[in-house]
Amino acid sequence: MADAYDKLVFELSSPGRVAWSLPEADVPEADAKKLLPAKHLRREAPELPEVSEFDIIRHYSRLSRMNYGVDTHFYPLGSCTMKYNPKLNEDMARLAGFAKVHPLAPEASAQGALQLMHELARDLAEIAGMDAVSLQPAAGAQGELAGVLMIRAYHASRGEKRTKVLLPDSAHGTNPASTAIAGYEVVEVKSLPNGEVDVDALVRTLDTDVAAFMITVPNTLGMFEPRIVEITELCHAKGVQVYMDGANLNAILGITRPGDLGFDVCHFNLHKTFTTPHGGGGPGAGPVGVKAHLEPFLPVPVVTKDGDEYSLDWKRPRSIGKLQAFWGNFGMLVRAYTYIRTMGPDGLRSVSDNAILNANYIMKRLEQDYDVAVPGPCMHECVLSARRQKKLGVTATDIAKRLLDLGFYAPSTYFPLIVEEALMIEPTETEARETLDAFCDAMIQIAREAETNHAAIHEAPVTTPVRRLDQTKAAREPNLKWTRRV
Amino acid sequence: MPSRYIANTPDEQKQMLGVIGAGSVEDLLVKIPPKARLGRPLGLTPALAETDLIRHMTALAARNANAESHVSFLGAGSYDHYIPSPINHMILRGEFFTAYTPYQPEASQGTLRTIYEYQTMIAELTGMDVANASIYDGASSLAEAALMAHSVTERKEIVLSRAVHPLYKRVTATYCEGPGVRLRDLPAPDGVTDLAAARQLVTAKTAALVIQTPNFYGCLEDVAAAAELAHAAGALLVVVADPVNLGVLEGPGKLGADIVVGEGQGLGVPASFGGPNLGVFAAKTELVRRMPGRLVGATVDRDGKRGFVLTLQTREQHIRRAKATSNICTNVALCALMATIYMATLGRRGLVKVGELSTAKAHYAAERLAKVPGVSLRFPAPFFKEFALKLPKAPDRLLPRLAKQGFLAGVPLKSFDRSLADCLLVAVTEKRTKAEIDAFAAALEKAVA
Repeated sequence: MADAYDKLVFELSSPGRVAWSLPEADVPEADAKKLLPAKHLRREAPELPEVSEFDIIRHYSRLSRMNYGVDTHFYPLGSCTMKYNPKLNEDMARLAGFAKVHPLAPEASAQGALQLMHELARDLAEIAGMDAVSLQPAAGAQGELAGVLMIRAYHASRGEKRTKVLLPDSAHGTNPASTAIAGYEVVEVKSLPNGEVDVDALVRTLDTDVAAFMITVPNTLGMFEPRIVEITELCHAKGVQVYMDGANLNAILGITRPGDLGFDVCHFNLHKTFTTPHGGGGPGAGPVGVKAHLEPFLPVPVVTKDGDEYSLDWKRPRSIGKLQAFWGNFGMLVRAYTYIRTMGPDGLRSVSDNAILNANYIMKRLEQDYDVAVPGPCMHECVLSARRQKKLGVTATDIAKRLLDLGFYAPSTYFPLIVEEALMIEPTETEARETLDAFCDAMIQIAREAETNHAAIHEAPVTTPVRRLDQTKAAREPNLKWTRRV
Repeated sequence: MPSRYIANTPDEQKQMLGVIGAGSVEDLLVKIPPKARLGRPLGLTPALAETDLIRHMTALAARNANAESHVSFLGAGSYDHYIPSPINHMILRGEFFTAYTPYQPEASQGTLRTIYEYQTMIAELTGMDVANASIYDGASSLAEAALMAHSVTERKEIVLSRAVHPLYKRVTATYCEGPGVRLRDLPAPDGVTDLAAARQLVTAKTAALVIQTPNFYGCLEDVAAAAELAHAAGALLVVVADPVNLGVLEGPGKLGADIVVGEGQGLGVPASFGGPNLGVFAAKTELVRRMPGRLVGATVDRDGKRGFVLTLQTREQHIRRAKATSNICTNVALCALMATIYMATLGRRGLVKVGELSTAKAHYAAERLAKVPGVSLRFPAPFFKEFALKLPKAPDRLLPRLAKQGFLAGVPLKSFDRSLADCLLVAVTEKRTKAEIDAFAAALEKAVA
């Protein structure tokens, strides 16, 4: 039975309650009105809640129970790599020598932090087969922006003005969005029906106006691109740079490396492959790796090592500049570093092996009851289509909602765009066989219900704190903040 | 050594391969061209057991001066404010911590409600109509604001005060490179923006005028005058503000700002060597459909019960792709949750107290430090919790000595502005005590003697 709790913190407010503890002023003059000109002062105290500390604990504990998380539920969101987030990572990120370090502390007093960044960049470069890595991008999309801007600067440095970037029609939405902000025209290349790059179509589109080809490997259908080496060679022959969206890196650790496949740039999503928590939407970290010819264009500053001394190198005149105020999402870097050191090279390889095994196991168990988008074997995720169920009046959304009632978060739905009624399932290596079996049993039950009993599906979800929500009303009458009812 | 983060045993793996009809994982890798395979183990440090790893990490951490090991007067965009204990306990609940972006709203009401609370409180503090669910940090929020002003006004110039954080300006320049938006510098000779010069620079070509208050040097700016000037030219006013100050300082929206951005790290987020931080972004209602980032709205479910969803998503990259208002997808939701709990904990009176204590202690520190022979306040303008000190010796030479005595004395301004090579930016929060300030003044006096 769902918790009936329906409060916002504002609705708990009772004038005079406090949840904070601050000392009294110990300096002679403590009246802001005497210290600051009146025109800068707030006329009325802010309308914030007045609650007790225990109100806070009870309220946010109860709100948390309205969520499904990886810790509580199987979370098979394709493309998101919702794996277990180790608790040790959290302990390490909270050491005062990491969590309480100021970004502008003197470099001599931050050698441990700089060493960690230097080693993590080196490790990521090895994992991806790249020559240099910047840890600065705050998330995958910012890594993409950095990568495309470096490509732009590279072409400009050679006196070339190329105007277009090619993307397959199966690309993540951030790819075209980041490319457009970098000042390029985005050209979509149609994929083959099996989701692979149409190499003939690509060759016809490659010309001296094309700055880059951007592609996800394995692709968003969970398949390895079999002609990828040929593709990167064809691009290079036309002076086109090749960018790998690293969202699916969890599939290839220690198996193959973007750099060895011919990619010039790739980004990493530390919140996917490297176990930093998703946190309800962030923060992530989106380091970007490049081959040597792009190294001069990396964001500033770059962490360098001279003897035993680490420092921030700002003297990089060809850099694309900065992406966030400081050096990167360091707290996430500590977690990813902890994870890489925990796993070691063999552990990381077995991550991908088991991610692939788990995805193929699900695909095999569901192939009778759902259409598979492309025949296997797949890599770390599999894409099913609910087109068969749709003919019976049950959509991918319906299946997702029914799964919530059966105790599972939903797969990604309607992505990639090129698969009708797509259900994209990524189990990750951290899930045990019995969880996969329970999920597959639920999926098969839903397929049966689609044939015989729609009611349970169309009513779903009924066990969640709210039932299906009116999205149209939300968009037509935007209500984006709480106001006191008069 | 088996990994504790991988569940299935070799036997279980074998059984699963049997179901699949494969002899080994190798049989599943048939689409990878053999010549593309890495024929060796990755060249990484071998796996470490938990106890050994903790020892290694603790040793690395021990080499970093921090707000526990030292008395910190560092600011310039990251501040040592009080972080109430419940925040960490609440964010570590796995249902918050390990959830994804709330795309399945029925199973994500907890996250959605906290974001709605966050939007409400940020709008209230900034004096704006709407706030989004967060951008990466203050600098990238400013960059997004510049691009938004460009798209709203269809103008190609952003006039930025030189008293805006120089690193924010660099990030904005990076984002403006592709769209070809030009940045123009507005002088700030005495530590505050020269609004007379702004009258010349803000023209019919200007998409936005950008100021920061308190600005990079800690000084307060005249937001109302800047708003009047920007609006007279048909430009937007973008104000960079630190929300933790807004219990005491007027919300820039109330003074005429069209977009308020800023760094929300002070709202309960650890400094973490500069990230993750919290990019605050708020705007007027009429601009909401051009805003970057996620927005949560209230609605009802099938039974008419109140519920919350991500809304106005046609602005975003996963729907609009190349024509989206921004490329942002992952934001800093967990930092926004820290800020939400912070704002709810401090509440109506606590946030005022944080601001009052910070400004009181900063003023005491400024007065005390300016009494050190050879030391003076660099700028005459009113300041809030941060100020520039002019020193008789190069700050670079003093800092290591003061660090040895347990003080992180401040941020040298030389690398940001050569004309301020003899200046140190000193920040004082409510956490500093009179005794710490007095001890710092004594140490500084010895160091400059």
